[in-house]
Amino acid sequence: MKRTTGAELIVRLLERQGVTAIAGIPGGCNLPLYDALRASSIRHVLARHEQGAGFIAQGMARVTGQPAVCLGTSGPGATNLLTAIADAKLDSIPLVAITGQVPRAMIGTDAFQEIDTYGLTVPITKHNFLVRSAGELLEVVPEAFRIAASGRPGPVVIDVPKDVQNEGILIDGLPLPGRPDPLPLPRAEDVARAAAMIDAAERPVLLVGAGVIAAGACAALRCIVDKAALPSAATLLGLGALPYDHPRFLGMVGMHAARSTNLALEECDLLVGLGVRFDDRAIGKAAEFCPDARIIHVDIDASELGKIKEPTLAMRADVGATLRALAAAVAPATRPAWNRRIARLRAEHPLVMRAADDPLDPYGIIRHTAAMLSPDAIVTTDVGQHQMWAAQAFPCTRPRQWLTSGGLGTMGFGLPAAIGAALAAPGRTVVCFSGDGSLLMNLQELATAVEENVDVKIVLLNNAHLGLVRQHQELFFGGRYHASRFRTEPDFAAIARGFGARAWDLGDAADPRSTLARALAAPGPVLVNVPIDAAENVYPMVAPGGANREMIGGELHAAER
Amino acid sequence: MRQSAEVVLRLQVRNHPGVMSHVCGLFARRAFNVEGILCLPVGDATRSTILLLVHDDDRLDQMILQLRKLEDVLEINRAHDAREAFATVRPFLQ
Repeated sequence: MKRTTGAELIVRLLERQGVTAIAGIPGGCNLPLYDALRASSIRHVLARHEQGAGFIAQGMARVTGQPAVCLGTSGPGATNLLTAIADAKLDSIPLVAITGQVPRAMIGTDAFQEIDTYGLTVPITKHNFLVRSAGELLEVVPEAFRIAASGRPGPVVIDVPKDVQNEGILIDGLPLPGRPDPLPLPRAEDVARAAAMIDAAERPVLLVGAGVIAAGACAALRCIVDKAALPSAATLLGLGALPYDHPRFLGMVGMHAARSTNLALEECDLLVGLGVRFDDRAIGKAAEFCPDARIIHVDIDASELGKIKEPTLAMRADVGATLRALAAAVAPATRPAWNRRIARLRAEHPLVMRAADDPLDPYGIIRHTAAMLSPDAIVTTDVGQHQMWAAQAFPCTRPRQWLTSGGLGTMGFGLPAAIGAALAAPGRTVVCFSGDGSLLMNLQELATAVEENVDVKIVLLNNAHLGLVRQHQELFFGGRYHASRFRTEPDFAAIARGFGARAWDLGDAADPRSTLARALAAPGPVLVNVPIDAAENVYPMVAPGGANREMIGGELHAAER
Repeated sequence: MRQSAEVVLRLQVRNHPGVMSHVCGLFARRAFNVEGILCLPVGDATRSTILLLVHDDDRLDQMILQLRKLEDVLEINRAHDAREAFATVRPFLQ
């Protein structure tokens, strides 16, 4: 028997889970846990806001696929974590958030920094715990990791009252680390039926989502795509599952897809949804999405099957095992007519990037940055126009290279997620494409980036606007702009230097290309301010609630064909 | 939206103070009305049974799939035999 405390027990159990780095902020009700962390091999990254800590952990989880951990104290520590937890829920990211709580005897008394963390996190977690004794931790901590990583991954909250952290306990051993549940395999008859449907289809398209990346199924995906010559589109979070230059890859589907991509889906007679949830930004008006198609839907979450689109064949199974079985079962095919039709759509309705050679053009800065990066670089984005431009133009070559906030669409995601990615992938550069609206939402994490000396390069597309809001006001509110222009324009390069980062401003640069190259090659955290024209919009665009076939803008002019 | 008879769902759940908020919160978030709730601990009281009286509308299948995902919900089925339970308690509530 060994005598320990709740706090020490948490730390031992985290170490046994293989956790090597944690992001968080100490406060009154998690101080015992921080005291126990001092003696641990786990690296603690001190964030400057708990939301930053949550997104740093997300960055680690998105790069590794393993559950990552963030810490906050009770009350405001917990409420500040909520956005990052909710973001992890919507994008199915394995996250374990451990919060301090007021001592058990004070729960329910409106004590200082008391908030109902359990109640607040019910709707934004996969599961949550309020720990009532140190002994419970032996079960709760491994359970939290098991739940976060099993099936469709997601966030789990463990709320630990301060006196539980301090509670002495005699233990005679530690439980096994929590590991993911076995994966549900596809039924042989479903595989046979799906393969027959694919073989029989004249105009099939695969729609690849985050589930394929989460399942580590990209090699199997490539196998079936090549064998059966299957045109494949990706959702925003499915980018990287196939390399951008794969001949069958159609790019991103949905609100800001290339016209050819949405048109190909419009014409398909079989849609195979792989680890997707038919989000409205991806499919537009659900009733008019792929109007002529039968649908095969593969997902590990049974509640997604039939939630938005009723499939002809629903398969609740691991998408990796399903793709491996399907790749073996489908007949080799070349589909000359359909792939010719796709090639023609792509020639006539490509993504139009007119000024991509200008480094001060939105597409241009993304293309130039990409060209200067090593192939193993990682990309994060914030949320808004720059995110969509990057989704359209950044050449993703592999899974877990592209980290973006899809479901919740959280401005402020990019910088802390980049710090987490850099911590999880030392030796690799992480570029954070951001906007001036988004960056200000978690700007304080620049201090964390400098303190940890992470290789994070912020490329700031600065139009002094909430650009996507401005675009919506232009297109859908009769040009009645309100509250989308910033009337003061911070000097972001000076601010970054104030935090101790290196910074360059392409607006002042005689040769923006060489300045960008110098900035990206500089060690440690760097900010590059890139002034861009506020009138630039992301095209094409499907109006919210509209059908994907009804795209605004982004046409190739007749003379350009 | 099709709306027909009421149906009773029987849930076997882990018995702890938060489980009711997980179950009821799920219905509330999806604007799905629960007409009646009965809940008692069973066996050694580590588990409870919840009976939910709900309308059998188009969304019910999705609600059941969502309930199945809750870690504290161990089992869920439609309980055609349990309508009487609500009739029995009605006099105590009126």
